[in-house]
Amino acid sequence: MKRFSCDEVVELVTVYLEGELDAPRGGRFEEHLGGCEGCERYLGQFRATIGALGELPPTALPGEARERLLAAFRDRGRP
Amino acid sequence: MSQLPDQEETIVEPFTGGRLPPDDVVVAALRAGDETMFAALLDTWSRGMLWLARSHVSTNDSAEEIVQDTWLAVIRGIEGFEGRSSVKTWVYRILVNTAKKRGVRENRTVPWSSVFEQERPTVDRSRFQGVDDPFPGHWKELPTAWPTPEGEVLASEVRGRIAAALAELPPRQRAVITLRDVEGCTSEEVCEILEISAANQRVLLHRARAAVRGRLEEYFETARRSA
Ligand SMILES: [Zn+2]
Repeated sequence: MKRFSCDEVVELVTVYLEGELDAPRGGRFEEHLGGCEGCERYLGQFRATIGALGELPPTALPGEARERLLAAFRDRGRP
Repeated sequence: MSQLPDQEETIVEPFTGGRLPPDDVVVAALRAGDETMFAALLDTWSRGMLWLARSHVSTNDSAEEIVQDTWLAVIRGIEGFEGRSSVKTWVYRILVNTAKKRGVRENRTVPWSSVFEQERPTVDRSRFQGVDDPFPGHWKELPTAWPTPEGEVLASEVRGRIAAALAELPPRQRAVITLRDVEGCTSEEVCEILEISAANQRVLLHRARAAVRGRLEEYFETARRSA
């Protein structure tokens, strides 16, 4: 079976991480990674990027807006 | 392993950082007027909502108003919530609809249903060997290893870079990556919120992640050269 080249592997990273690569292609993907430092590094950097995105600090609503909404919640149902 | 496998989970986790209790608990609390629960939802979801609203309108002020209008609609609608989707999806759907209306009013509609993005490669072709090289399609030079972000300064610079990279993304990509990777939604939730197919979601997510990775690579490369 044809081996994946690196330029194919980099386009499959998200499908792979989503667990959506079918078994034969998943096998070829992992086989390529096992023998290719460049793609292994690319995958690691992709994962690091995703991890860093998940650690972005929350942006709260500005204080007044938050207070206003909390007040609206308290007053709900009142005439 | 000292944990008992069959022990029932009776401890309610404090609902911070996305660890919200199950939907029925949330809905019951909101209906009972539990302000702490409402504040928890506000603080957990408002960032993703602001980002998503910003994909539909041109200013931060408009985006903030959309988020506020959405929460007001949630307050009005919680009694009638039927649980056909998760609370999160329901809230985000209200947001998307509010944002779309607003985008139309401001004459700035983002073409959400536009034709599929071009099938451009996400990594520049020049990074790979050509047909006349010994290993066509393989890296010319391996990607440079990244430093492990140890210091707080580096970490905060990386965060700044990521925020800037997100801001540069096309709106649809930004909405998907924000919901998935920043807010931690599942792919099913994102498809439902944005009304896109699973395949479309995956392509947008991949393009967005590759673009952000590319920005970080540039940043580390510049930092390495000037060191
Ligand atoms: Zn490779």
